[in-house]
Amino acid sequence: MSETPRQRVKRRFLENKQGVASAVFLLLLAIIAALFALFGAFHLGIPTDPNRTNLALKLVPPSLSHWLGTDNLGRDVLTRLLHGTYISLTVGFVAVFVSLTIGIIFGAVSGYLGGWADDVLMRVVDALMCFPTFPLILTVVAYLGPSIWNVVIVIGLVSWTGTARLVRAEFLTLRETEYVRAAKGLGQRHAAIIFRHILPNAAAPIVVTAVLGVPDAILTEAGLSFLGFGVQPPQATWGNIITDGKAYILDAWWLILFPGLAILATALAFYLTGEALRRAAQTRTERK
Amino acid sequence: MVSFIIRRFLITGVLLVVISLVSFAIFTLTPGSPFPWADLNPKITPAVKEAFRKKFHLDQPLYKQYAFIMSGMLTGKLTSIKDERPVLKKIGERLPATLRLNVASLVIDMIFGITLGVFAARFAGRWPDMLTSVLAFVFIALPGFWISYLVVIFLAQTVGVPLLGTYSFGVDFKSTWQLVFDRLWHLFVPAIVLAIGGIAVQSRYMRASMIESLSEDYIRTARAKGLSDDVVLYKHAFKNSVRPLITGIGYLLPALIGGSLIIETIFAYPGMGRLAYEAALERDYPVLMTFNFVSAVLILTGNLVADLLYAFVDPRVRLQ
Repeated sequence: MSETPRQRVKRRFLENKQGVASAVFLLLLAIIAALFALFGAFHLGIPTDPNRTNLALKLVPPSLSHWLGTDNLGRDVLTRLLHGTYISLTVGFVAVFVSLTIGIIFGAVSGYLGGWADDVLMRVVDALMCFPTFPLILTVVAYLGPSIWNVVIVIGLVSWTGTARLVRAEFLTLRETEYVRAAKGLGQRHAAIIFRHILPNAAAPIVVTAVLGVPDAILTEAGLSFLGFGVQPPQATWGNIITDGKAYILDAWWLILFPGLAILATALAFYLTGEALRRAAQTRTERK
Repeated sequence: MVSFIIRRFLITGVLLVVISLVSFAIFTLTPGSPFPWADLNPKITPAVKEAFRKKFHLDQPLYKQYAFIMSGMLTGKLTSIKDERPVLKKIGERLPATLRLNVASLVIDMIFGITLGVFAARFAGRWPDMLTSVLAFVFIALPGFWISYLVVIFLAQTVGVPLLGTYSFGVDFKSTWQLVFDRLWHLFVPAIVLAIGGIAVQSRYMRASMIESLSEDYIRTARAKGLSDDVVLYKHAFKNSVRPLITGIGYLLPALIGGSLIIETIFAYPGMGRLAYEAALERDYPVLMTFNFVSAVLILTGNLVADLLYAFVDPRVRLQ
């Protein structure tokens, strides 16, 4: 019995060691984030409260009691990093959810309708693509006031253009297929054709852009945090641990190194997973 | 050709109007006053606040505000809320530094991206290819602010001189060469850090493009003639593979201009991005709007130049 397309994608993804390793790493991160979000703290042999200060133990280098050292207020860096995981992943996923929703609707309408509506909508996308997004996000967050939800929504609101273009391109080809014409002939409503018939067939590239969009959002949030416009202290985020640590860089390298590595490793794992998914979902003719 | 340029200018004009409307909407629709200090100071009476709003035309209907900002921007009369200096002048002072930084980064992106891409394509499917591929993803995943910080600290510790601004402050250089070197040094270190992500992107494009070229018929012909691998690779395949990368300039520019905001802040580089960051802190929206507008003009110009260049190097492309 031959395998279904879904089984084929799954098999080919599992054959990619880089992709599987990255996905496992991300799963682990997600579990950590979920546990910390649900229980706040649990015992790992490390301090449990990310905000508990202890001035007697400030700027302690990595040791057995503080695996990744402590910061200038004696807070445990590892505990703060683990709490930051929750922030980073939330930012990544929620921002992508927002941008996917807008991008899919915009792209679907544009590609499905075609003609002048498509022209107008795509010119809007062209215009938005000329904005350097980071300064734009920075300004809007500066105006709205920095908070996790403002940051997430603004990142989502400015990063949907790529998805919209991709979805439009998929729709332009898929709307000419026979099953779509059949659905039209049967008198189905436009919404049903868009969401029931076309969208599921465009799922693979959309999932890939979604996975690749998460690290972009995480890196943007970290940059905003670093400039002081992200999630505000005392809430620990990977970006603001670095910001707090930069004043002590010559005495306490661990305050800069570890959060940076956490961002790098997480973003890398998302990119590698996304790349593995993209390769697994490619059809034979697309593969080079 | 001429009609293409005219058409492009028209489209660019429409895009700029859309861009200005969008950024105006963003600045007026988001809550928050451009005078945040006024709310905190009990001595500032509502009358004073009203006077400030009037001074910057914030009391007028939106369409008048938009007309005021746009005409002010184009005639150069628009002033910053912070120091009341003309915005165009403020940005004009910072523009050359940003242009130098971005052009240097773009050149670095091209040179290293192409080199890495060719290297990966030469060993396609073997371990050097895998290595460059992982390296490219690491480059993309590197948080720019983090790596700039590490570079600043590393240089401060090894060279002993902090790398900030565009030249070493308070140093008398004995020869012009030292002076030139000092300027280049201050330009290229931030430029390299800014270029890291783009190198990765360009190397992926170059690899894909090169591998595609290598499967073409004329490559088989060249090989059949008995030409060596190197000649086939560097002379025949390379030329055709490099062309699509010119289009990549259009994709890189927004990222570069956005990225230079962080890099300029960390390296204390007196560019447009740092001005925008300071303006964002102060909610100086005339400066921010003009910054967005000027960035968009830069990006659109970059795209136009890329398209013209592409048609120039590839005679098959007809501009319509």
